Amino acid sequence: MTDAPVLETRGIVRDYVSGGLFGGSRTLRALKGIDLRVERGKTLAVVGESGCGKSTLARIITLIDAPTAGELLIEGQPVDVARTGVPAELRRKVQIVFQNPYGSLNPRQKIGDVLAEPLKLNTPLSASARRDRAMEMLLKVGLRPEHFNRYPHMFSGGQRQRIAIARAVMTSPELLVLDEPVSALDLSVQAQILNLLQDLQDELRLTYVFISHDLSVVRHVADDVMVMNLGEAVEYRSRDAIFAAPEHPYTRKLFAATPRIDLPSIRDRVTRKAAMPRATRSGRAR
Amino acid sequence: MALLEVRNLSVAFETAAGAFFAVKGVDLSADAGEVLAIVGESGSGKSVAMLAVMGLLPPAATVTADAMCFEGRDLLTLTPRQRRDLSGSAMAMIFQEPVASLNPCFTVGFQIEETLREHTDLGAAARRARAIELLTQVGIPAPEERLGSFPHQLSGGQCQRVMIAIATACNPRLLIADEPTTALDVTIQKQILELLLRLQAEHGMALVLITHDMGVVAETADRVIVQYNGRKMEDTDVLSLFERPRSAYTRALLSALPENATGSRLPTVSTFAAAAEDGAA
Repeated sequence: MTDAPVLETRGIVRDYVSGGLFGGSRTLRALKGIDLRVERGKTLAVVGESGCGKSTLARIITLIDAPTAGELLIEGQPVDVARTGVPAELRRKVQIVFQNPYGSLNPRQKIGDVLAEPLKLNTPLSASARRDRAMEMLLKVGLRPEHFNRYPHMFSGGQRQRIAIARAVMTSPELLVLDEPVSALDLSVQAQILNLLQDLQDELRLTYVFISHDLSVVRHVADDVMVMNLGEAVEYRSRDAIFAAPEHPYTRKLFAATPRIDLPSIRDRVTRKAAMPRATRSGRAR
Repeated sequence: MALLEVRNLSVAFETAAGAFFAVKGVDLSADAGEVLAIVGESGSGKSVAMLAVMGLLPPAATVTADAMCFEGRDLLTLTPRQRRDLSGSAMAMIFQEPVASLNPCFTVGFQIEETLREHTDLGAAARRARAIELLTQVGIPAPEERLGSFPHQLSGGQCQRVMIAIATACNPRLLIADEPTTALDVTIQKQILELLLRLQAEHGMALVLITHDMGVVAETADRVIVQYNGRKMEDTDVLSLFERPRSAYTRALLSALPENATGSRLPTVSTFAAAAEDGAA
Protein backbone atom coordinates (compact mmCIF):
# COMPACT_ATOMS: atom_id res chain seq x y z
CA MET A 1 0.00 0.00 0.00
CA THR A 2 2.84 2.37 0.72
CA ASP A 3 4.00 1.85 -2.86
CA ALA A 4 0.71 2.89 -4.42
CA PRO A 5 0.53 6.53 -5.46
CA VAL A 6 -1.77 8.62 -3.28
CA LEU A 7 -3.73 9.64 -6.32
CA GLU A 8 -4.09 8.00 -9.68
CA THR A 9 -6.63 8.53 -12.43
CA ARG A 10 -7.03 6.51 -15.61
CA GLY A 11 -8.89 7.95 -18.55
CA ILE A 12 -11.19 10.22 -16.56
CA VAL A 13 -13.99 11.58 -18.73
CA ARG A 14 -16.69 13.96 -17.62
CA ASP A 15 -19.65 15.01 -19.71
CA TYR A 16 -22.09 17.76 -18.90
CA VAL A 17 -25.45 17.47 -20.60
CA SER A 18 -27.52 20.60 -21.14
CA GLY A 19 -30.90 21.14 -22.67
CA GLY A 20 -33.11 18.10 -23.16
CA LEU A 21 -36.77 17.84 -22.21
CA PHE A 22 -37.84 19.32 -25.53
CA GLY A 23 -35.61 19.26 -28.55
CA GLY A 24 -32.11 17.92 -28.56
CA SER A 25 -29.76 17.88 -25.63
CA ARG A 26 -26.16 18.96 -25.97
CA THR A 27 -23.27 17.18 -24.41
CA LEU A 28 -20.16 19.04 -23.42
CA ARG A 29 -17.15 16.89 -22.76
CA ALA A 30 -15.35 18.82 -20.00
CA LEU A 31 -12.67 16.19 -19.47
CA LYS A 32 -11.46 14.03 -22.31
CA GLY A 33 -9.58 11.20 -20.66
CA ILE A 34 -7.19 12.41 -17.97
CA ASP A 35 -4.43 10.14 -16.70
CA LEU A 36 -2.39 11.28 -13.76
CA ARG A 37 -0.39 9.90 -10.88
CA VAL A 38 0.85 11.68 -7.77
CA GLU A 39 3.19 10.03 -5.26
CA ARG A 40 3.04 10.71 -1.53
CA GLY A 41 4.47 14.05 -0.47
CA LYS A 42 4.61 15.39 -4.03
CA THR A 43 2.83 18.29 -5.68
CA LEU A 44 1.15 18.08 -9.04
CA ALA A 45 0.30 21.48 -10.49
CA VAL A 46 -2.58 21.70 -12.93
CA VAL A 47 -2.38 24.75 -15.16
CA GLY A 48 -4.86 26.08 -17.66
CA GLU A 49 -7.17 28.92 -18.58
CA SER A 50 -10.82 29.28 -17.69
CA GLY A 51 -12.92 26.55 -19.21
CA CYS A 52 -10.06 24.08 -19.58
CA GLY A 53 -11.60 21.61 -17.15
CA LYS A 54 -9.26 22.06 -14.22
CA SER A 55 -12.02 22.74 -11.71
CA THR A 56 -14.06 19.81 -13.04
CA LEU A 57 -11.01 17.66 -12.45
CA ALA A 58 -10.73 19.06 -8.92
CA ARG A 59 -14.36 18.17 -8.20
CA ILE A 60 -13.80 14.62 -9.37
CA ILE A 61 -10.59 14.16 -7.39
CA THR A 62 -12.24 15.50 -4.24
CA LEU A 63 -15.10 13.01 -4.74
CA ILE A 64 -17.69 15.76 -5.12
CA ASP A 65 -18.61 14.69 -8.65
CA ALA A 66 -18.52 11.31 -10.30
CA PRO A 67 -16.65 10.89 -13.58
CA THR A 68 -18.67 9.82 -16.61
CA ALA A 69 -16.01 7.23 -17.41
CA GLY A 70 -12.58 6.26 -16.21
CA GLU A 71 -11.05 5.13 -12.96
CA LEU A 72 -10.10 7.07 -9.86
CA LEU A 73 -7.76 5.46 -7.32
CA ILE A 74 -6.93 6.88 -3.90
CA GLU A 75 -3.95 5.14 -2.31
CA GLY A 76 -4.37 2.38 -4.85
CA GLN A 77 -8.02 1.74 -3.98
CA PRO A 78 -10.53 2.26 -6.76
CA VAL A 79 -13.34 4.66 -5.87
CA ASP A 80 -16.69 4.62 -7.61
CA VAL A 81 -18.54 7.69 -6.42
CA ALA A 82 -21.54 7.09 -8.67
CA ARG A 83 -22.22 3.48 -7.80
CA THR A 84 -20.93 2.65 -4.34
CA GLY A 85 -20.63 6.13 -2.86
CA VAL A 86 -17.77 7.35 -0.75
CA PRO A 87 -16.80 5.65 2.50
CA ALA A 88 -16.39 8.12 5.38
CA GLU A 89 -12.76 7.15 5.79
CA LEU A 90 -12.09 8.33 2.25
CA ARG A 91 -13.79 11.69 2.84
CA ARG A 92 -11.30 12.23 5.62
CA LYS A 93 -8.38 11.49 3.33
CA VAL A 94 -9.22 13.96 0.58
CA GLN A 95 -9.81 17.64 1.32
CA ILE A 96 -10.04 20.82 -0.72
CA VAL A 97 -9.15 24.49 -0.32
CA PHE A 98 -10.90 27.00 -2.56
CA GLN A 99 -9.81 30.28 -4.12
CA ASN A 100 -12.11 32.59 -2.21
CA PRO A 101 -11.78 31.85 1.50
CA TYR A 102 -14.57 34.25 2.45
CA GLY A 103 -17.03 32.49 0.21
CA SER A 104 -16.09 29.12 1.64
CA LEU A 105 -16.47 30.04 5.32
CA ASN A 106 -19.82 30.26 7.06
CA PRO A 107 -20.16 33.89 8.24
CA ARG A 108 -22.11 32.84 11.33
CA GLN A 109 -19.67 30.24 12.52
CA LYS A 110 -16.85 31.04 14.90
CA ILE A 111 -13.43 29.98 13.75
CA GLY A 112 -13.07 27.41 16.51
CA ASP A 113 -16.29 25.76 15.35
CA VAL A 114 -15.22 25.96 11.71
CA LEU A 115 -12.13 23.97 12.59
CA ALA A 116 -13.84 21.50 14.92
CA GLU A 117 -16.68 20.69 12.54
CA PRO A 118 -14.75 18.28 10.26
CA LEU A 119 -13.79 16.29 13.37
CA LYS A 120 -17.40 16.14 14.50
CA LEU A 121 -18.39 14.69 11.15
CA ASN A 122 -15.46 12.38 10.59
CA THR A 123 -14.15 11.26 13.97
CA PRO A 124 -15.54 9.91 17.26
CA LEU A 125 -13.60 12.51 19.30
CA SER A 126 -15.28 14.19 22.27
CA ALA A 127 -16.17 17.89 22.24
CA SER A 128 -13.25 18.87 24.44
CA ALA A 129 -10.81 16.78 22.42
CA ARG A 130 -12.11 18.48 19.27
CA ARG A 131 -11.58 21.90 20.84
CA ASP A 132 -8.02 21.02 21.77
CA ARG A 133 -7.25 19.78 18.29
CA ALA A 134 -8.82 22.90 16.75
CA MET A 135 -6.76 25.19 18.97
CA GLU A 136 -3.60 23.24 18.13
CA MET A 137 -4.30 23.62 14.41
CA LEU A 138 -5.06 27.34 14.81
CA LEU A 139 -1.60 27.88 16.21
CA LYS A 140 0.01 25.63 13.62
CA VAL A 141 -1.26 27.74 10.72
CA GLY A 142 0.04 30.91 12.33
CA LEU A 143 -3.08 32.30 13.99
CA ARG A 144 -3.39 33.28 17.65
CA PRO A 145 -5.46 31.72 20.47
CA GLU A 146 -7.73 34.79 20.72
CA HIS A 147 -8.85 34.15 17.13
CA PHE A 148 -10.68 31.02 18.27
CA ASN A 149 -13.96 32.78 19.06
CA ARG A 150 -13.97 35.28 16.20
CA TYR A 151 -16.08 35.27 13.07
CA PRO A 152 -14.78 35.08 9.46
CA HIS A 153 -15.50 38.75 8.67
CA MET A 154 -13.03 39.79 11.38
CA PHE A 155 -10.10 38.36 9.43
CA SER A 156 -8.03 39.54 6.48
CA GLY A 157 -7.97 37.57 3.23
CA GLY A 158 -4.70 35.89 4.10
CA GLN A 159 -5.90 34.91 7.57
CA ARG A 160 -9.09 33.50 6.08
CA GLN A 161 -7.08 31.39 3.71
CA ARG A 162 -5.09 30.12 6.70
CA ILE A 163 -8.38 29.15 8.32
CA ALA A 164 -9.55 27.36 5.17
CA ILE A 165 -6.26 25.46 5.02
CA ALA A 166 -6.45 24.62 8.72
CA ARG A 167 -9.97 23.28 8.28
CA ALA A 168 -8.86 21.12 5.36
CA VAL A 169 -5.94 19.70 7.34
CA MET A 170 -8.02 19.03 10.50
CA THR A 171 -8.97 15.48 9.49
CA SER A 172 -5.31 14.57 8.78
CA PRO A 173 -5.91 14.09 5.07
CA GLU A 174 -3.50 12.40 2.70
CA LEU A 175 -4.42 14.45 -0.32
CA LEU A 176 -5.18 18.15 -0.49
CA VAL A 177 -6.67 19.72 -3.61
CA LEU A 178 -5.78 23.40 -3.70
CA ASP A 179 -7.97 25.25 -6.21
CA GLU A 180 -6.25 28.58 -6.92
CA PRO A 181 -5.40 28.99 -3.21
CA VAL A 182 -3.38 32.19 -3.58
CA SER A 183 -4.96 33.84 -6.63
CA ALA A 184 -7.03 36.29 -4.59
CA LEU A 185 -4.17 37.29 -2.31
CA ASP A 186 -1.60 40.08 -2.31
CA LEU A 187 1.98 39.25 -3.13
CA SER A 188 3.27 39.41 0.46
CA VAL A 189 0.34 37.35 1.73
CA GLN A 190 0.68 34.92 -1.15
CA ALA A 191 4.27 34.34 -0.04
CA GLN A 192 3.14 33.53 3.51
CA ILE A 193 0.48 31.11 2.37
CA LEU A 194 2.89 29.35 0.02
CA ASN A 195 5.35 29.02 2.90
CA LEU A 196 2.61 27.63 5.14
CA LEU A 197 1.63 25.06 2.51
CA GLN A 198 5.26 24.08 2.16
CA ASP A 199 5.66 23.63 5.94
CA LEU A 200 2.49 21.57 6.22
CA GLN A 201 3.54 19.38 3.34
CA ASP A 202 6.94 18.74 4.90
CA GLU A 203 5.54 18.09 8.35
CA LEU A 204 2.50 16.00 7.45
CA ARG A 205 3.80 14.42 4.22
CA LEU A 206 0.78 15.81 2.40
CA THR A 207 0.20 15.24 -1.27
CA TYR A 208 -1.00 18.27 -3.21
CA VAL A 209 -2.92 18.80 -6.40
CA PHE A 210 -2.31 22.51 -6.92
CA ILE A 211 -4.59 24.17 -9.44
CA SER A 212 -3.38 27.52 -10.66
CA HIS A 213 -3.16 29.79 -13.64
CA ASP A 214 -0.05 31.54 -12.33
CA LEU A 215 3.04 30.00 -13.83
CA SER A 216 5.49 31.62 -11.45
CA VAL A 217 3.62 30.13 -8.48
CA VAL A 218 3.47 26.76 -10.22
CA ARG A 219 7.17 26.84 -10.87
CA HIS A 220 7.76 27.50 -7.20
CA VAL A 221 5.56 24.75 -5.77
CA ALA A 222 5.28 21.92 -8.28
CA ASP A 223 7.11 18.65 -8.73
CA ASP A 224 5.14 17.78 -11.85
CA VAL A 225 3.07 20.03 -14.07
CA MET A 226 0.04 19.18 -16.15
CA VAL A 227 -1.07 21.76 -18.70
CA MET A 228 -4.72 21.49 -19.66
CA ASN A 229 -6.58 22.92 -22.61
CA LEU A 230 -10.19 22.18 -23.61
CA GLY A 231 -10.45 19.16 -21.34
CA GLU A 232 -7.21 17.55 -22.41
CA ALA A 233 -3.84 17.27 -20.75
CA VAL A 234 -1.75 18.69 -23.57
CA GLU A 235 1.50 18.32 -21.67
CA TYR A 236 2.31 16.47 -18.45
CA ARG A 237 5.93 16.29 -17.32
CA SER A 238 8.25 17.16 -14.49
CA ARG A 239 8.43 20.84 -13.59
CA ASP A 240 12.05 21.20 -14.61
CA ALA A 241 11.48 19.53 -17.97
CA ILE A 242 8.40 21.56 -18.82
CA PHE A 243 9.89 24.91 -17.83
CA ALA A 244 13.19 24.16 -19.55
CA ALA A 245 11.57 23.24 -22.85
CA PRO A 246 7.79 23.41 -23.23
CA GLU A 247 6.85 21.07 -26.07
CA HIS A 248 3.20 21.54 -26.86
CA PRO A 249 2.23 24.65 -28.86
CA TYR A 250 -0.42 25.54 -26.27
CA THR A 251 2.10 25.36 -23.43
CA ARG A 252 4.41 27.61 -25.39
CA LYS A 253 1.58 30.05 -26.05
CA LEU A 254 0.71 30.10 -22.35
CA PHE A 255 4.33 30.65 -21.35
CA ALA A 256 4.78 33.38 -23.94
CA ALA A 257 1.65 35.20 -22.76
CA THR A 258 2.76 35.27 -19.13
CA PRO A 259 4.32 38.62 -18.27
CA ARG A 260 7.87 38.21 -17.06
CA ILE A 261 10.46 40.38 -15.42
CA ASP A 262 13.39 40.09 -17.72
CA LEU A 263 15.96 42.88 -17.53
CA PRO A 264 17.36 42.53 -21.07
CA SER A 265 13.88 42.70 -22.59
CA ILE A 266 12.92 45.70 -20.43
CA ARG A 267 16.12 47.43 -21.54
CA ASP A 268 15.33 46.53 -25.12
CA ARG A 269 11.79 47.89 -24.89
CA VAL A 270 12.89 51.13 -23.23
CA THR A 271 15.60 51.71 -25.85
CA ARG A 272 13.21 51.05 -28.69
CA LYS A 273 10.67 53.51 -27.33
CA ALA A 274 13.32 56.18 -26.73
CA ALA A 275 14.47 55.80 -30.33
CA MET A 276 10.99 56.54 -31.66
CA PRO A 277 10.61 60.09 -32.91
CA ARG A 278 8.86 62.29 -30.36
CA ALA A 279 6.13 63.15 -32.90
CA THR A 280 5.05 59.52 -33.18
CA ARG A 281 5.12 59.09 -29.47
CA SER A 282 2.83 62.00 -28.72
CA GLY A 283 0.76 61.28 -31.84
CA ARG A 284 -2.10 63.48 -32.83
CA ALA A 285 -3.19 64.29 -29.33
CA ARG A 286 -1.33 67.55 -29.05
CA MET B 1 4.43 70.93 -18.06
CA ALA B 2 3.11 67.48 -17.28
CA LEU B 3 -0.31 66.47 -18.57
CA LEU B 4 -1.38 65.47 -15.08
CA GLU B 5 0.25 67.05 -12.06
CA VAL B 6 -0.79 66.09 -8.56
CA ARG B 7 0.95 67.41 -5.48
CA ASN B 8 0.43 66.30 -1.90
CA LEU B 9 -2.78 64.41 -2.53
CA SER B 10 -4.59 63.04 0.50
CA VAL B 11 -7.89 61.22 0.58
CA ALA B 12 -9.71 60.67 3.87
CA PHE B 13 -12.82 58.64 4.57
CA GLU B 14 -15.00 59.46 7.56
CA THR B 15 -15.43 56.41 9.74
CA ALA B 16 -16.93 55.84 13.18
CA ALA B 17 -13.38 55.73 14.53
CA GLY B 18 -12.40 59.06 12.95
CA ALA B 19 -10.86 59.94 9.61
CA PHE B 20 -9.16 57.13 7.76
CA PHE B 21 -6.53 58.24 5.27
CA ALA B 22 -6.44 55.99 2.21
CA VAL B 23 -3.93 58.24 0.45
CA LYS B 24 -1.40 60.23 2.42
CA GLY B 25 0.43 63.08 0.73
CA VAL B 26 1.19 61.54 -2.66
CA ASP B 27 2.84 63.47 -5.49
CA LEU B 28 2.45 62.16 -8.98
CA SER B 29 2.59 63.31 -12.55
CA ALA B 30 1.99 61.79 -15.95
CA ASP B 31 3.23 63.09 -19.29
CA ALA B 32 1.62 62.74 -22.69
CA GLY B 33 2.83 59.61 -24.43
CA GLU B 34 3.90 58.01 -21.19
CA VAL B 35 2.91 54.70 -19.63
CA LEU B 36 2.91 55.14 -15.87
CA ALA B 37 2.38 52.06 -13.74
CA ILE B 38 1.13 52.42 -10.18
CA VAL B 39 1.93 49.30 -8.23
CA GLY B 40 0.86 48.28 -4.78
CA GLU B 41 -0.95 45.70 -2.75
CA SER B 42 -4.56 46.05 -1.65
CA GLY B 43 -5.02 48.99 0.68
CA SER B 44 -2.07 50.85 -0.80
CA GLY B 45 -4.37 53.58 -2.08
CA LYS B 46 -3.45 53.11 -5.71
CA SER B 47 -7.03 52.98 -6.98
CA VAL B 48 -8.33 55.64 -4.59
CA ALA B 49 -5.69 58.13 -5.76
CA MET B 50 -6.78 57.69 -9.38
CA LEU B 51 -10.49 57.77 -8.51
CA ALA B 52 -9.76 61.11 -6.85
CA VAL B 53 -8.18 62.36 -10.08
CA MET B 54 -11.25 61.22 -12.01
CA GLY B 55 -13.60 62.74 -9.43
CA LEU B 56 -15.33 59.40 -8.95
CA LEU B 57 -15.05 59.08 -5.18
CA PRO B 58 -18.23 59.00 -3.09
CA PRO B 59 -19.18 62.14 -1.12
CA ALA B 60 -17.91 60.50 2.08
CA ALA B 61 -14.36 60.94 0.82
CA THR B 62 -12.48 64.16 1.48
CA VAL B 63 -9.93 64.95 -1.21
CA THR B 64 -7.25 67.51 -0.47
CA ALA B 65 -4.23 68.41 -2.55
CA ASP B 66 -1.87 71.35 -2.97
CA ALA B 67 -2.42 70.96 -6.69
CA MET B 68 -4.34 68.63 -8.96
CA CYS B 69 -3.96 69.91 -12.50
CA PHE B 70 -4.92 68.35 -15.79
CA GLU B 71 -3.57 70.21 -18.82
CA GLY B 72 -3.02 73.17 -16.53
CA ARG B 73 -6.61 73.27 -15.26
CA ASP B 74 -7.10 72.84 -11.55
CA LEU B 75 -9.44 69.87 -11.15
CA LEU B 76 -10.30 70.80 -7.57
CA THR B 77 -11.94 74.11 -8.51
CA LEU B 78 -14.00 72.82 -11.45
CA THR B 79 -17.78 72.81 -11.17
CA PRO B 80 -19.46 69.39 -11.32
CA ARG B 81 -20.65 70.24 -14.84
CA GLN B 82 -17.11 71.02 -15.99
CA ARG B 83 -15.93 67.81 -14.36
CA ARG B 84 -18.51 65.80 -16.28
CA ASP B 85 -17.42 67.40 -19.54
CA LEU B 86 -13.87 66.35 -18.85
CA SER B 87 -14.54 62.79 -17.65
CA GLY B 88 -15.10 60.39 -20.46
CA SER B 89 -13.73 62.79 -23.05
CA ALA B 90 -10.30 64.22 -22.20
CA MET B 91 -9.72 61.75 -19.39
CA ALA B 92 -11.23 58.31 -19.13
CA MET B 93 -10.97 55.25 -16.96
CA ILE B 94 -11.52 51.51 -17.29
CA PHE B 95 -11.92 49.04 -14.47
CA GLN B 96 -11.09 45.55 -13.34
CA GLU B 97 -14.46 43.90 -13.88
CA PRO B 98 -15.40 44.56 -17.50
CA VAL B 99 -18.67 42.67 -17.28
CA ALA B 100 -19.77 44.57 -14.17
CA SER B 101 -18.68 47.91 -15.66
CA LEU B 102 -21.13 47.62 -18.53
CA ASN B 103 -24.84 48.09 -18.06
CA PRO B 104 -26.52 44.72 -18.61
CA CYS B 105 -29.77 46.34 -19.81
CA PHE B 106 -28.38 48.17 -22.82
CA THR B 107 -26.67 47.05 -25.98
CA VAL B 108 -22.98 47.56 -26.50
CA GLY B 109 -23.72 49.96 -29.33
CA PHE B 110 -25.98 52.09 -27.16
CA GLN B 111 -23.36 52.33 -24.44
CA ILE B 112 -20.61 53.40 -26.84
CA GLU B 113 -22.89 55.94 -28.51
CA GLU B 114 -23.97 57.26 -25.12
CA THR B 115 -20.48 58.63 -24.57
CA LEU B 116 -20.47 60.19 -28.01
CA ARG B 117 -23.90 61.73 -27.40
CA GLU B 118 -22.67 63.24 -24.17
CA HIS B 119 -19.40 64.66 -25.41
CA THR B 120 -19.66 65.28 -29.18
CA ASP B 121 -22.19 66.86 -31.52
CA LEU B 122 -22.15 63.94 -33.94
CA GLY B 123 -25.49 62.97 -35.50
CA ALA B 124 -27.03 59.53 -35.07
CA ALA B 125 -25.52 58.10 -38.26
CA ALA B 126 -22.09 59.54 -37.48
CA ARG B 127 -22.22 58.14 -33.96
CA ARG B 128 -23.05 54.72 -35.28
CA ALA B 129 -20.20 54.92 -37.78
CA ARG B 130 -17.83 56.01 -35.03
CA ALA B 131 -18.99 53.15 -32.78
CA ILE B 132 -18.26 50.66 -35.56
CA GLU B 133 -14.88 52.29 -36.10
CA LEU B 134 -14.11 52.00 -32.38
CA LEU B 135 -15.13 48.35 -32.18
CA THR B 136 -12.92 47.63 -35.19
CA GLN B 137 -10.07 49.49 -33.53
CA VAL B 138 -10.31 47.39 -30.36
CA GLY B 139 -10.33 44.21 -32.41
CA ILE B 140 -13.92 42.99 -32.15
CA PRO B 141 -14.92 40.88 -35.13
CA ALA B 142 -18.13 41.69 -37.03
CA PRO B 143 -18.56 45.07 -35.29
CA GLU B 144 -21.85 45.96 -37.06
CA GLU B 145 -23.49 42.87 -35.58
CA ARG B 146 -21.87 43.35 -32.17
CA LEU B 147 -23.44 46.81 -31.79
CA GLY B 148 -26.73 45.05 -31.07
CA SER B 149 -25.23 42.60 -28.55
CA PHE B 150 -25.78 42.78 -24.82
CA PRO B 151 -22.83 42.46 -22.44
CA HIS B 152 -23.83 38.96 -21.32
CA GLN B 153 -23.49 37.76 -24.88
CA LEU B 154 -19.79 38.66 -24.93
CA SER B 155 -16.82 37.07 -23.20
CA GLY B 156 -14.91 38.87 -20.44
CA GLY B 157 -12.11 39.80 -22.82
CA GLN B 158 -14.58 41.19 -25.36
CA CYS B 159 -16.36 43.19 -22.65
CA GLN B 160 -13.02 44.74 -21.70
CA ARG B 161 -12.47 45.61 -25.37
CA VAL B 162 -15.88 47.32 -25.39
CA MET B 163 -14.91 49.22 -22.23
CA ILE B 164 -11.74 50.35 -23.95
CA ALA B 165 -13.78 51.41 -26.98
CA ILE B 166 -16.04 53.51 -24.73
CA ALA B 167 -13.09 55.01 -22.86
CA THR B 168 -11.23 55.95 -26.04
CA ALA B 169 -14.34 57.12 -27.93
CA CYS B 170 -13.47 60.80 -27.55
CA ASN B 171 -9.69 60.41 -27.94
CA PRO B 172 -8.77 61.05 -24.32
CA ARG B 173 -5.36 62.48 -23.48
CA LEU B 174 -5.30 60.51 -20.26
CA LEU B 175 -6.49 56.93 -19.89
CA ILE B 176 -6.49 55.34 -16.47
CA ALA B 177 -6.74 51.55 -16.43
CA ASP B 178 -7.41 50.07 -13.00
CA GLU B 179 -6.27 46.41 -13.03
CA PRO B 180 -7.71 46.04 -16.53
CA THR B 181 -6.59 42.43 -16.98
CA THR B 182 -6.74 40.97 -13.48
CA ALA B 183 -10.00 39.14 -14.13
CA LEU B 184 -8.84 37.76 -17.48
CA ASP B 185 -6.88 34.70 -18.61
CA VAL B 186 -3.22 35.26 -19.44
CA THR B 187 -3.57 34.86 -23.19
CA ILE B 188 -6.44 37.37 -23.17
CA GLN B 189 -4.47 39.60 -20.79
CA LYS B 190 -1.67 39.75 -23.32
CA GLN B 191 -4.08 40.80 -26.08
CA ILE B 192 -5.70 43.49 -23.93
CA LEU B 193 -2.35 44.92 -22.81
CA GLU B 194 -1.14 44.96 -26.40
CA LEU B 195 -4.32 46.75 -27.41
CA LEU B 196 -3.92 49.37 -24.67
CA LEU B 197 -0.28 49.97 -25.60
CA ARG B 198 -1.12 50.22 -29.29
CA LEU B 199 -3.87 52.79 -28.66
CA GLN B 200 -1.61 54.63 -26.24
CA ALA B 201 1.15 54.88 -28.86
CA GLU B 202 -1.19 55.76 -31.73
CA HIS B 203 -2.98 58.51 -29.85
CA GLY B 204 -0.03 59.65 -27.75
CA MET B 205 -2.14 59.25 -24.65
CA ALA B 206 -0.81 59.14 -21.16
CA LEU B 207 -1.71 55.69 -19.86
CA VAL B 208 -1.86 55.16 -16.12
CA LEU B 209 -1.89 51.45 -15.42
CA ILE B 210 -2.85 50.41 -11.91
CA THR B 211 -1.68 46.89 -11.23
CA HIS B 212 -0.34 44.51 -8.63
CA ASP B 213 1.45 42.36 -11.20
CA MET B 214 5.17 43.07 -11.44
CA GLY B 215 5.34 41.08 -14.69
CA VAL B 216 2.82 43.43 -16.27
CA VAL B 217 4.84 46.41 -15.04
CA ALA B 218 8.01 44.96 -16.53
CA GLU B 219 6.40 44.50 -19.92
CA THR B 220 4.43 47.74 -20.24
CA ALA B 221 5.56 50.65 -18.08
CA ASP B 222 7.91 53.54 -18.81
CA ARG B 223 7.78 54.83 -15.27
CA VAL B 224 6.63 53.21 -12.05
CA ILE B 225 5.21 54.47 -8.78
CA VAL B 226 5.19 52.01 -5.90
CA GLN B 227 2.63 52.64 -3.15
CA TYR B 228 2.17 51.11 0.25
CA ASN B 229 -0.39 51.97 2.88
CA GLY B 230 -1.36 55.24 1.18
CA ARG B 231 2.20 56.46 0.78
CA LYS B 232 4.46 56.62 -2.21
CA MET B 233 7.47 54.37 -1.70
CA GLU B 234 9.23 54.85 -4.98
CA ASP B 235 8.89 56.80 -8.23
CA THR B 236 11.35 55.77 -10.88
CA ASP B 237 11.85 54.57 -14.44
CA VAL B 238 11.00 50.94 -15.10
CA LEU B 239 14.56 49.73 -15.62
CA SER B 240 15.87 51.23 -12.39
CA LEU B 241 12.94 49.75 -10.49
CA PHE B 242 14.00 46.23 -11.37
CA GLU B 243 17.75 46.81 -11.65
CA ARG B 244 18.35 48.77 -8.47
CA PRO B 245 15.20 49.42 -6.45
CA ARG B 246 15.90 52.20 -3.97
CA SER B 247 13.16 51.64 -1.45
CA ALA B 248 13.39 48.69 0.93
CA TYR B 249 9.69 48.05 0.37
CA THR B 250 10.18 47.59 -3.38
CA ARG B 251 13.01 45.20 -2.67
CA ALA B 252 10.78 43.21 -0.31
CA LEU B 253 8.02 43.16 -2.91
CA LEU B 254 10.35 41.88 -5.60
CA SER B 255 11.81 39.24 -3.33
CA ALA B 256 8.31 37.92 -2.56
CA LEU B 257 7.85 36.98 -6.21
CA PRO B 258 7.98 33.20 -6.44
CA GLU B 259 10.29 33.46 -9.47
CA ASN B 260 12.85 35.31 -7.36
CA ALA B 261 12.74 32.83 -4.50
CA THR B 262 16.03 31.59 -3.22
CA GLY B 263 15.43 28.10 -1.94
CA SER B 264 11.95 27.00 -0.99
CA ARG B 265 11.10 29.82 1.44
CA LEU B 266 9.66 33.18 0.48
CA PRO B 267 10.16 36.33 2.57
CA THR B 268 7.49 36.76 5.23
CA VAL B 269 5.26 39.67 6.08
CA SER B 270 7.50 40.88 8.90
CA THR B 271 10.11 41.54 6.24
CA PHE B 272 7.50 43.69 4.53
CA ALA B 273 6.35 45.67 7.50
CA ALA B 274 9.94 46.41 8.45
CA ALA B 275 10.79 47.36 4.89
CA ALA B 276 7.79 49.68 4.66
CA GLU B 277 8.76 51.38 7.92
CA ASP B 278 12.20 51.94 6.43
CA GLY B 279 10.70 53.30 3.26
CA ALA B 280 8.43 55.68 5.11
CA ALA B 281 11.25 56.99 7.29
